[in-house]
Parts: sequence; C-alpha cells; structure tokens
Amino acid sequence: MKLIKVEHAYKIYKNGTTAIADLSVTIDKGEFVFVIGSTGSGKSTFIKMLYREEKPTQGSVIVGGIDVAKLRNSKVYKLRRKLGVVFQDFKLLPKLNVYENVAFALENLGLPNSEIRPKVLKAIDAVGLKEKTRNLPSELSGGEQQRVAIARAIVNEPKLLICDEPTGNLDPTTSKEIMAILDKINKESETTIIMATHDKDLVNQMKKRVLVIEDGVLVSDTKKGSYKVNESDKNSKKKHS
Amino acid sequence: MKAIRILRRSIRDSFKSIFRNFSLSMASIICTTITLILVAISLFLSYNVRQITTTLEHELTVVAYFKRDVTEEQKIRIENDLKTMENVDEYRIKTKEEWKAEMGKEQEILETTLDYLQDNPLLDSLIVKVKDVNNLKGVAEKLRKYDFVENAEYGEGMVENIIGIFDVISVGTIAIVIALVVVTAFLISNTIKLTIFSRKTQIEIKRLVGASNVAIKLPFVFEGFFLGIFGSIVPVLLSIYGYTILYNTTGGYLSTKIMTLVEPFPFVFIVSGFLVIVGSVVGMIGSWLSVRKHLKI
Repeated sequence: MKLIKVEHAYKIYKNGTTAIADLSVTIDKGEFVFVIGSTGSGKSTFIKMLYREEKPTQGSVIVGGIDVAKLRNSKVYKLRRKLGVVFQDFKLLPKLNVYENVAFALENLGLPNSEIRPKVLKAIDAVGLKEKTRNLPSELSGGEQQRVAIARAIVNEPKLLICDEPTGNLDPTTSKEIMAILDKINKESETTIIMATHDKDLVNQMKKRVLVIEDGVLVSDTKKGSYKVNESDKNSKKKHS
Repeated sequence: MKAIRILRRSIRDSFKSIFRNFSLSMASIICTTITLILVAISLFLSYNVRQITTTLEHELTVVAYFKRDVTEEQKIRIENDLKTMENVDEYRIKTKEEWKAEMGKEQEILETTLDYLQDNPLLDSLIVKVKDVNNLKGVAEKLRKYDFVENAEYGEGMVENIIGIFDVISVGTIAIVIALVVVTAFLISNTIKLTIFSRKTQIEIKRLVGASNVAIKLPFVFEGFFLGIFGSIVPVLLSIYGYTILYNTTGGYLSTKIMTLVEPFPFVFIVSGFLVIVGSVVGMIGSWLSVRKHLKI
C-alpha cells in the first residue's frame, strides 16, 4: 500500500535555484528508507516537502492521501497529525521535563489527560527513558535528548516518521542506539521511516532502501542499498574538515 | 469537550508563560501601565475641557433691544416667533427696570446717575440662548429684521474667536487621545512581539506536532489579554482615586464656577472601563498578529 507518492515534483526557490527537479518516487507503508546525498543536493528540501515545510512548485507530493501542494497553511495540522518529525537539533523545549515535552504534542491536540498519560509513558518506555521522566533536557545527554524527540514524534502513533539527520550531532555508539530504536519502531508498529543522513556506516550497516539525490535529481533507488559517496561529496567533506 | 480542554489549557499555559518569562512579562506590563496612564490623563483633560467649553458656550447669548415705542403685542409676537425659530434654546424678556437694577448693583455711580434721570433711558430687551453657538449670528440677524427691534448683539468678533479656540481645543484633545491609543497599541504589540519571538521554537514545535493555528494562537492571545489587564490595574486605581481626590481638593471647579469639572462618578468608572478594554483588546490583537507571523513553517 502506497503511503507516499511523489510525481514529477519540482521545487524552484524564488531566487531561481532548482532544489528538486522532476523527482518521482513511491514509498510503501512500513518501509524504512534512507535519503542520502551531498550537501545542497536537495535531500533536505525533499524531506521538508513531505511534512509541508516546503511546497512543490510543480508536480504532486501525496502523503497519506493528502496532496501537500494543495494543502493550505491553516490546514497543515491535518498532515502533521499523521506523521512525526525528528530533527538533528532535537527541538525540545528546555523548560519542560521529559514527560512534559512528550505530552506537549498530545496536549496541543486537545486529548484528555486520562488518554495522554498512558500514551506518553508508553512512548517514553519505547525509547528507554522510563527512569528519566522528570529530568529536564539540560540534564540529559545528546542521545537521550534525541530519544525524547523520537518519543514525542511517535507518541501519537503516526503512520510515518520523518527523520532529518537525527544522528548528525551524535557519536557513533549513540547513533547506533538511536538507529536500533528507529528499527524497532519500524518493525514493531510498521511505522514508515524516512531518514535523511550523511552517516555512511549506519546506511551500510542497516541494509535498507536507499534513495540518492544529487542536484535535485533522484539518481538512484536501491533496495538494501549502501552509501555511495560521489566525488563532489568527497570534495565538499574535505573542504569542511 | 475538546474545545473546552484546549481553552482551559490555553489559559493555564498563558499564566505559566507569564511567570516563566517574568522579565519580558514585566516589561509588557510596565509599558502598558505607562501608556495607559497617559491615555487616562488625556481622557480626563479632554472631557474636562469639553465640559468647560460647553458650560462657557451655554453662557453666550443674543441680546435684542426693543425700540422705545415697542408695544406689548409686538413683544408677544416676537415671543411666539421664537418658539418656532430654529436653533433657539431658551429666551426671556429683560425689562429696562431689570437692567437698571442690575447696573445699579454693579456700580453705585450708575445707580445715582440713573436715579437722577427721571425717565429710564435704558431699553427693554430680549435675551436668547441658542442650541448651537456657531449660529449665534443667524439668530441675531433674524431678530434685527423686526422693525420694532433697535439692535441685536452677541459680541461679534470675540464670540467667533472664542468658539474657534474651543473647537481647536476640543479637536486637539480628541486627537491626543486617539494618538495615545495608537501609541499604546504599537508599544504593547511590540513588547508582545519580543516575548513571542523568544518563543519561536515553541510555536515551531507546536506546528510540527500538528496543533491547529487556533490552538497555537490561543495561549498567546490569553497572555496578551492578561498582560493588558495587569497593565491596566495601576492606571485604573490612579484614575479612580487620583481624579476623585483632585475633584474633592479643588471643590469641583477651576478658578471660577463656570469652569466646573466633570463629576467623578460614574466618570472615573467609564474611563477605567475604557482603559481596561484598550489594554486587554490591544494585548489580544497584538498577540494574535505577532503569532501569525510565525505560523508559516
């Protein structure tokens, strides 16, 4: 069953930059997909289009039956309730503890407290942070903060989990722990996971579907793929190091 | 039920964020307080100036002097005409004897002089008060047309000047009140903008977890409302007690009894109500508009 259907999507920014060009792809329910590409390749734009932070300039992006291109700004919440988003910088509220950060999502949807509590505790348990429910984000390690962000993203049991470089700020060991959690979520609840990453080791190790985007074009789509770093990416990495 | 829960949580969150962002909240409250005090002062000034000008205007009259040979029938005729004449508020006949007595009271020499003359040289007259002082001249001109009227006077020149000054004062004070309300709106909404900018991440996360725009805006709108209410407490107290004390100290008038001040009750309550409404409504609208800018993610 198709959860995401992208057809001939283009994204051209106002300054004339083409971030995505004629991209077509379908993703089924329950899949785990890596999106890779060098810096500025358009993978972040692709990810952003899935949760409607960006709108396609042309073509269609359908997520869970909702046409993102036709979705008005005031109706974005209808799409966002069907998915969870995890970011590299966690985006936690510093003055709320772990429980409150996770409950924050459901409170804003107007759920009663009697429903919120079990759901929040279940999500916190799923990411292995049962013992730190009352801790503030500042009292947690980077990996733990990312786990809180994952718990918040899955608390509403979304069909789709979008992860934008979730291990970008983490060390290799912690990254593996996060991947293990995401893999477990994918297998146990059949949540579709789309993850943008630069982490070669993780992609190679996980053996999942890999979409490679270069210059806004989908250049490769392989089942059980691996991270193929092209020359331009190598060069850009050298420049940054 | 869901809507009530969102409303209840919005009120709870608005209080939480007022206390969590205490310094910015205090900045908003102080800013609101200062501007509302200025609004209150200009309101008091405006109303009192209007009260004084209205009283003074009411004192302006047209005096028509009858010719010496005027008959009682002619007096009755003009009185009947005045009943239907436009812009006439009230009128009365003032006889030459009344004039004589009045003048005599004012200056002794006049009394002796008038007593010395066997015939009273003064004229019977008609004193007319008008509804609209701007058309004092029109009434005077109509009265002059009667052949048994010697002349009709209303202080030509000076009256026009006074009316002109009153109009300027009246329009000026209203303009000051409006300008201050606009300044208040600008200052309050700018301070709220700062508090909202500091919570950009919070708004962003709310959008990402699927909160509707209304659910995101509500806590901020309530926050703006409460900040406006808190900010109007001091101006309201100052208005009620300050004006009442001023009124009681001056005895209710400035220098002469013509310049009476507006009575404190219910005036201070009307001003206080206005201040609370300006504070809270501006706070709410300012918040609503400021959050809107951050809802494009």
